[in-house]
Amino acid sequence: MEKTVNQKAWFLVLPVLLLVAFSAVIPLMTVVNYSVQDTFGNNQFYWAGLEWFKELLESERLHNALGRQIAFSMIILAIEVPLGIFVALNMPKKGFWASVCLVLMALPLLIPWNVVGTIWQIFGRVDIGLLGYTLDALGIAYNYTQDSFAAWATVVVMDVWHWTSLVALLAYAGLQSIPDAYYQAAKIDQASRWKVFRYIELPKMQGVLLIAILLRFMDSFMIYTEPFVVTGGGPGNATTFLSIDLVKMALGQFDLGPAAAFSLMYFLVILLISWVFYTVMTNLDKRDGV
Amino acid sequence: MADASLNKTASRGIALPKIKGNVVVMVLYLTFLLLPIYWLLNMSLKTNSEILGALTLWPNSLTFANYATILTDQTWYMGYVNSLIYVVLNTVISIAVALPAAYAFSRYTFMGDKHLFFWLLTNRMAPPAVFALPFFQLYSSVGLFDTHIAVALAHCLFNVPLAVWIMEGFMRGVPKEIDETAYIDGYSFGRFFVKIFMPLIASGIGVAAFFCFMFSWVELLLSRTLTSVAAKPISAIMTRTAGAAGQDWGVLAAAGVLTIVPGALVIYFVRNYIAKGFALGRV
Amino acid sequence: MAKITLDNLAHSYLPNPQSEDDYALKELNHDWVDGEAYALLGASGCGKSTLLNIISGLLHPSQGRILFNDRDVTSEPTAARNIAQVFQFPVVYDTMTVRDNLAFPLRNRGADASYIQDRVQHIAKMIGMEGELNHKARGLTADAKQKISLGRGMVREDVNALLFDEPLTVIDPHMKWELRTQLKSLHHEFGHTMIYVTHDQTEALTFADKVVVMYDGRVVQIGTPQELFETPAHTFVGYFIGSPGMNVLAATVDGSTAYIEGTEVDLGAGYSVPDGKVEIGVRPEFASLSSNGTGLPIKIRRVEDVGRHKIVRADFFENEINVIAGEGAEIGADMNRVTFEAAHINVYANDWRVEPMGTQASPAGEAA
Repeated sequence: MEKTVNQKAWFLVLPVLLLVAFSAVIPLMTVVNYSVQDTFGNNQFYWAGLEWFKELLESERLHNALGRQIAFSMIILAIEVPLGIFVALNMPKKGFWASVCLVLMALPLLIPWNVVGTIWQIFGRVDIGLLGYTLDALGIAYNYTQDSFAAWATVVVMDVWHWTSLVALLAYAGLQSIPDAYYQAAKIDQASRWKVFRYIELPKMQGVLLIAILLRFMDSFMIYTEPFVVTGGGPGNATTFLSIDLVKMALGQFDLGPAAAFSLMYFLVILLISWVFYTVMTNLDKRDGV
Repeated sequence: MADASLNKTASRGIALPKIKGNVVVMVLYLTFLLLPIYWLLNMSLKTNSEILGALTLWPNSLTFANYATILTDQTWYMGYVNSLIYVVLNTVISIAVALPAAYAFSRYTFMGDKHLFFWLLTNRMAPPAVFALPFFQLYSSVGLFDTHIAVALAHCLFNVPLAVWIMEGFMRGVPKEIDETAYIDGYSFGRFFVKIFMPLIASGIGVAAFFCFMFSWVELLLSRTLTSVAAKPISAIMTRTAGAAGQDWGVLAAAGVLTIVPGALVIYFVRNYIAKGFALGRV
Repeated sequence: MAKITLDNLAHSYLPNPQSEDDYALKELNHDWVDGEAYALLGASGCGKSTLLNIISGLLHPSQGRILFNDRDVTSEPTAARNIAQVFQFPVVYDTMTVRDNLAFPLRNRGADASYIQDRVQHIAKMIGMEGELNHKARGLTADAKQKISLGRGMVREDVNALLFDEPLTVIDPHMKWELRTQLKSLHHEFGHTMIYVTHDQTEALTFADKVVVMYDGRVVQIGTPQELFETPAHTFVGYFIGSPGMNVLAATVDGSTAYIEGTEVDLGAGYSVPDGKVEIGVRPEFASLSSNGTGLPIKIRRVEDVGRHKIVRADFFENEINVIAGEGAEIGADMNRVTFEAAHINVYANDWRVEPMGTQASPAGEAA
């Protein structure tokens, strides 16, 4: 649609601007302010310049947390996106059962995140949880509070449980928008099931999958509550992701300067990666359009 | 499943075995989704001694005592009330400010519009952990700490950009000629917006409200940081089931089940719009 | 290429159809002769797309059989029937190039590369897209995409039949003409059996050897364009074909004379008319105005000059009668009568045409 030039439209966006400025810009200024200062208590601050940034960039603690974070996001994307598409392809297209599937699938998305954590904390316990108990009874050593691998597996499975439906629902919406004629034409052209997926379904899902991947990347990169409730970041630091580390630093140790510097870099990394994702995917789109 | 009707246009022979595959996949996936929730429900209906005793697949001695504990104790049930208050406040504020902004973005070009839109979206990408501390200081300094409005405003950080984005998508689908016709017919902007435009994008408003509700309801970090007593959300209160005498698993499970109920109700009401809604009007 | 036989075919979208009204396609027996070009003409919702989808195997009929060259294919899937179909809206594979789109049906059937190359080139030339063969289909306009759909439908030489479901809806008017001509020349070249669904009479009459007119789930007439024009088998065909449609007037018929609102009209042939609603139908082309006191009394309401001729709209009691007059004809204010050419008056009983006595042919409507 063609839009008209109208500078007065600023008045319409003014409320949003003020509100978001109040809840984003002012706090962010505080963070910037802290990030370049040092304090020895008593509300006395000293100019620290870029010291904190330098220190953090060299800190092994941050590197490790970042490494774990990237690994986590990649793993869950690698599982949730294909699984979500697969589930969407198998969902009933309409009728009573389609509604049932939609409602049940949306359910985990509306459970408060700490309750998600609690559910899996309980479910995985060897003494009172069905999953832990079953694994134990099968003779598989499984203890997410002691064993790093078990802790990772639990956190990953929990995230898959929590969010795969989002990908599936988006993919499903994409599939629903494909007119019947496409499937009929494919049948007449004798296209195989794989070709139908590759040349009809996948292209039509591209837009929604972009949204799904971006949302899942951003949210998994910011994950805090769920793993914190289940593992508390442990055992050791095995599941200490960036947000958990940051909160430990800021509210636990009250290291305001480093925490602030950490925050800024964290935010920038997310922006950067999201931008890269977005650009790569929209460029793929454009290249196709030639 | 519902494939009898679907199969009418599907070819015979090839489709039949696939349908069985569909059902298997969906049954497995839904079982995976529902089993942990069932386990929570199962536990909430047991006594603590049964929970800690031998593992039972359903409550042998069915009890509602855990629910009674929560629903009769004010410090418990006020948690739900607090959560609902700030969630509703947040949804109303987000939609109210996002509506005119989304209209501006969908209809007009103005200086800096693209940058502004992108900047808004970047706030959706801001980790709440980054904002926890500065929010705490900001709201303390203006005397809003431990109020519902503080949490509602804090959640606007990620809900307003989302609401603007969703509604902009829906508004773009409404032809501009409708606006122009209304102005020619002598409608003022306000009357046109409320009487004609809003009903046209009602589904978009509904989807945006659903997402605001959802993200505000499930968030814990900010709501816990910004409250202490008066506006403490249910999710924060749940942590207190761990006492000196050990964890009160039954009550914890019951509290968890009760937090699922509002979400389940909302989903039930919007069940016919879920698929479209999750595509944010951008399919 | 094949002869297609519909044997006792009917379809209802309801699981348990009770009355005839429940059927979207009413019982039908017909042979589509091998190598002919048919147009399936009717208003939307008359069942023509249903019929097409049954032939292509996308829909399984509630009753009856379909035979290709006398082989029963009723329960065979679409792919096994070896037909090509072009849909109303463009169906292209967005992420493929135009070339890959055109080659797709051939590749899926394992044709060899050099043959595919030649064939794609040939089709591209025919639809005028040789220059865009290496473009992605995504960025193209709707009519370019529809041309690709047409091309993909025609790329296979060995198809049993080519089915078109209103394929030119999204195409520019001048391109429509060109593509229709291309389709016709393709038909002459390869002699495919073609079935072309449309609601546009011009399209149907210019494309087809035989036009099949459908109305309310039923085939009401199959005939050449001339037959549809001169002897419509059903009042619907009279209304639907021609512009404006046939004048249909309630009458009583006695032998070779009809009485319309008390005026005698000579029918030119004798009729024995069964009971029921009796009407006569005359095309505006065979009606003329007069001022000499003979014919039906009318009052001219409006004269429309459409260039080649004039359309006179006149009131006759409660009805309207349309008359086509030559471009040069003077239409005077005193012209208050209309007369019909006796040879071109058709008599209808309960909407179906009645043959005059002394002719042997069975009513055309029952040919369906």
